[in-house]
Amino acid sequence: MNLEEYKGVYVFAQQVDNEISSIAFELLGKAKDLAKDLDTKEVTAVLIGSGVKGLADQLAEYGADKVIVVDDPELKDYRTEPYAHALASVINKYKPEIMLVGATAIGRDLGPRVSARVATGLTADCTVLEIGDFPLQAVPGQEQLHNQLLMTRPAFGGNTIATIACPYNRPQMATVRAGVMQKIDPIKGAKANVEEFNPGFTPDNKYVEILDIVKSVAETVDIMDAKILVSGGRGVGSPENFKILEDLAEVLGGTVSCSRAVVDSGWKPKDLQVGQTGKTVRPNVYFAIGISGAIQHVAGMEESDIIVAINKDADAPIFDVADYGVVGDLNKIVPKLTEALKAEIAAAK
Amino acid sequence: MKIVVCIKQVPDTAGGVKFNPDGTLDRGAMLTIMNPDDKAGLEAALRLKDQYGAEVTVVTMGLPKAEEVLREAMAMGADKGVLVTDRVLGGADTWATSTTLAGAIRNLDYDLIITGRQAIDGDTAQVGPQISEHLDIPVISYAQDIKIEGDSVVVERQYEDRYHVVKAKMPCLITALSELNEPRYMTPGGIFDAYKQEITVWGRADLKDVDDANLGLKGSPTKIAKASDKVRKGAGEKVSLDPDESVSYIVDKLKVKHVI
Repeated sequence: MNLEEYKGVYVFAQQVDNEISSIAFELLGKAKDLAKDLDTKEVTAVLIGSGVKGLADQLAEYGADKVIVVDDPELKDYRTEPYAHALASVINKYKPEIMLVGATAIGRDLGPRVSARVATGLTADCTVLEIGDFPLQAVPGQEQLHNQLLMTRPAFGGNTIATIACPYNRPQMATVRAGVMQKIDPIKGAKANVEEFNPGFTPDNKYVEILDIVKSVAETVDIMDAKILVSGGRGVGSPENFKILEDLAEVLGGTVSCSRAVVDSGWKPKDLQVGQTGKTVRPNVYFAIGISGAIQHVAGMEESDIIVAINKDADAPIFDVADYGVVGDLNKIVPKLTEALKAEIAAAK
Repeated sequence: MKIVVCIKQVPDTAGGVKFNPDGTLDRGAMLTIMNPDDKAGLEAALRLKDQYGAEVTVVTMGLPKAEEVLREAMAMGADKGVLVTDRVLGGADTWATSTTLAGAIRNLDYDLIITGRQAIDGDTAQVGPQISEHLDIPVISYAQDIKIEGDSVVVERQYEDRYHVVKAKMPCLITALSELNEPRYMTPGGIFDAYKQEITVWGRADLKDVDDANLGLKGSPTKIAKASDKVRKGAGEKVSLDPDESVSYIVDKLKVKHVI
């Protein structure tokens, strides 16, 4: 493998139902940062699907200089094999230095399959990506390599954090959790250099058949996009009592989310769950109400800008990460808080 | 039908997290368990065995101590256990791990391979799909339901906002979600039998069609540049006031921060 041949920062531009997923824009934002620090400044989006060429302009608006479109009827709905074939073929032909993929239910299947096919490393669920040296400090007898992708990720349920490099293989591949990287403000009317590429798709034993697609009832707002989250735990007491959280969320234009205990009790659906086995969120304000703050929950919300915790247990671990902790009875505090905020907001108008 | 289930012994991060006085993780004091997603995968295999009849072989890679999870799996109802252990296999990343496990599985007959979606220590979700790539068979990740239809499997494959009902010809690899089922307990008879049975132990020499260049720490494309126990954001303020004062406190803070 001649590492020098590999140039440029590439992003897998995930689309579902011919709608680009938010993660693709976030990755483009990060890719632009990384490209600035490298010799080749170009950011390339790889768009895979059926009838998706028209989406290329959107990718340009969010920072793609070039869009490689792999368009084929076999790629209509996500299936591992044809998508892996498409992405691996793009990598083999264009030789990117860096390949970023969203750590979504698609990306966490596609990424490993492709990395194994092109025989390179893949670092999962990264939270920080930067360009730097490997080893970080020069070590006698070992060549220090520059311009390496340094990929930082949590492990052990968020208890440890590791920075990983892929110094001797290319591309350097990473999956990145949704909601972690910032998209740029779209540049209206931006155009990318669009190139179509079809490696040919011949169904074999690895092509599975999709018999049915069952969509869950759409929630109004994805909790990962919410600026304000009002999150409830087991301490809320009952599914009915979530009404007081919903009222608070409504006043602030926020959204209700929850802990795993709430999902396990069947009070709320899984797509509202914050935490290691749910979603990672980083809203402007995160209200943790009746949430004890198990480490797996904290891993999914500790990057929030402001954390307000209300819990009757003064020793609850949630207070270890809260900016503003209030020890008290949520049933007494939350409805009054809603009323007070309503009055404040009305007065400000 | 022959089913291979890959399982991993992991530190119990859920509830069992222990810290040293200096705030670092005390791994020695943490209990080990069978990784939850893997246990769900094993349970799924055992249910297929109950329903259709199957031979279930559990495979793990790790230190000799990892034999414990094989015994546990056999006490739950698995028929055979294979421990892949060798000093040269240590320090493996997901590429080297999947290469190793694929090398072991090539020695076995299988219609179905089940792995957990991800392990709670690494959380990568990579080893299952990578094994399938090495073995050139289809993968269905994130399974929330598994059925057998003739020579195919029909699986509900979970996504964020939907699931696909997917049909694949066997042999096939499936990664299991812990939501898939509630794993059964070991039975006293099962425990007794499990300790009477032989466990197959394989080292590097027993792996089929693998290159030394792809094994262990040396064969891992990803290298750890730095690892540390996470420094958490320190605790902020904590107040204990009556409800009205609590409300004023929160409102003031939201104003200071320009939230309202």
